[in-house]
Amino acid sequence: MSAARTSLLVGVLMTAVFAAVPFFFGDYGVYLGAEILIYILFALAFNLMLGQGGLVSFGHAAYFAIASYAVAILLTTYSWPLLPAFVVAVALSCAAAVVIGALCVRLTAIYFAMLTLAFSQLVWAIAFKWNAVTGGDEGFVGVSVPQYLAEPTGFFYFALAIVAVCAVLLWLITHSAFGRILRATKENPRRAEFLGINVRRIRLVTFVISGTFTGVAGALFAIFNRAVFVESAWWTKSAEVLVMTILGGVGSFFGPALGATVLILLDRLITEFTQYWPTVLAIILIAVLFFLPNGLIGAFRRGRSTGAGDA
Amino acid sequence: MLSNPMFLAMAVLNGLSIAMVLFIIAAGLTLILGVLRILNFAHAAFFMLGGYVAWQVAEGWLEDVPGALWLGAIAAGLVLAVLAAIIERTMLRHLYGREEYYQLLFTFALVLLLNDAVKAIWGTDILTISHPDMLRGAADLGITFYPRYRLFLCVVGVVVAVALWLLVTKTRWGRTVRAARMDREMLSTLGVDVAKVYASVFILGVALAGVGGALAAADRSLYPGMDADIIVRTFIIVIIGGLGSLWGAFLGALILGMITSFGTVLVPEFELVLIYLLMIAVLLVRPWGLLGKEDVK
Repeated sequence: MSAARTSLLVGVLMTAVFAAVPFFFGDYGVYLGAEILIYILFALAFNLMLGQGGLVSFGHAAYFAIASYAVAILLTTYSWPLLPAFVVAVALSCAAAVVIGALCVRLTAIYFAMLTLAFSQLVWAIAFKWNAVTGGDEGFVGVSVPQYLAEPTGFFYFALAIVAVCAVLLWLITHSAFGRILRATKENPRRAEFLGINVRRIRLVTFVISGTFTGVAGALFAIFNRAVFVESAWWTKSAEVLVMTILGGVGSFFGPALGATVLILLDRLITEFTQYWPTVLAIILIAVLFFLPNGLIGAFRRGRSTGAGDA
Repeated sequence: MLSNPMFLAMAVLNGLSIAMVLFIIAAGLTLILGVLRILNFAHAAFFMLGGYVAWQVAEGWLEDVPGALWLGAIAAGLVLAVLAAIIERTMLRHLYGREEYYQLLFTFALVLLLNDAVKAIWGTDILTISHPDMLRGAADLGITFYPRYRLFLCVVGVVVAVALWLLVTKTRWGRTVRAARMDREMLSTLGVDVAKVYASVFILGVALAGVGGALAAADRSLYPGMDADIIVRTFIIVIIGGLGSLWGAFLGALILGMITSFGTVLVPEFELVLIYLLMIAVLLVRPWGLLGKEDVK
């Protein structure tokens, strides 16, 4: 119960902090805040697989890109209203996750990661070559967005509401009976099988949930960016969310949210001073790998618990 | 088009030369993957760095010196070997046996570092290396003319394959490496310094990528970020052939080279899609690859 209360507190606090952003920062702050929100959702969705299920997907860019392209095409090419376009876009990511997930969960470890990578690269190849629909390597530019979302603050609160609801749903899933079963399949898949758990099915359901929420993030991003580029399906995008998640901390629910926030802020901050942001990022990553196995949030927790021990 | 013998010969030769360059990278990657069980995302970045080192020697310092490219290739091999030794000794060895995503993340960090290093040292302009004198121009093969240098690359690929095969099957080092792949603990109980075996495999694989990068650089242009596409193709080769399988990588490279060569001419819209579909098909039907052995682990 206390874990639930702490999470509730953290969640409410985070929402409040974000909600206050437009009051204290200008348009750029709002813009940055919206981007951070979208990546928080991406990382939380991704970590359901990695942190809770121990499933290393190296192709999550696929579900992000599918919903991005779908929402952009439906809104612009077919002039659909926002709600159906959004829902159908997310449903497409979900459908892709069902098909791809069903095939991927037959494999484990490196093979699983490689198959998710292969599928996401396939999505990339299709987006890259299907010029007429996706704009190919030029990208899909000029997404038509309803007036109230074209305005930065309007979009910001829209994104905040959606991300907050999705985060609550993901938290509930993580802390449900399903979440406990999922962790059991991660810690000891064999024993879970003996207990009568269909490990593959659990993994598939997780894959689909994760892919669907990733789709929500992707759809938001297309509206935010008013453009979709083929790079959003390229493997480095999948690496990016992996980096955010591990930076923040795989083992905790909020870790990836912290990772996404820190990564985007650092990126913008350091790029101001030097073009060698990748080097800085690489050094941070290596430091986290070797010194902070539980990510930034792990360091924060350790600091807090030592503090408590002293007192 | 396929009925035209000249076109057919050109397409086959293009496929072969693409295949053999990719094979040189894939061979090191599969060796490292098979023995160390490390998925090295930075392998193509090492290949790229090898190309730049060779450029520095052949075009930067020794322009107009005959045979400078060979010196460049040797330099690339040495520089990459030293770099690999440092990386392995200080960092990589702590990651053996850890979760896959640690290794993914670490080698991804290397990709970022190597790309930035290349940008910092050589800038973002596209660089090229000219062919060595004796391999300049095209050779008359009867049905068609073909660039001598590309034919040379094909020969290098085959030589590397045979040399590695001999090294792994016929030498004492090779026996140790194969044993390390099967049972690391048992080997270490027998008094073999497994850490040294691992280090040597990593150094060999990376140095090979460096030499490959140096030789390939005379046939293609160098630019930061060129590794991102190559690493995906190399992974595909290793997956198709079977993780850890040398001849698997050879076969995988040939298949990929031919699809690329024929695909870009016959079905340009679907060449990339075909490649990824092939990777998916192999993973679904024979995840251990065409020539790999089914892994109990």
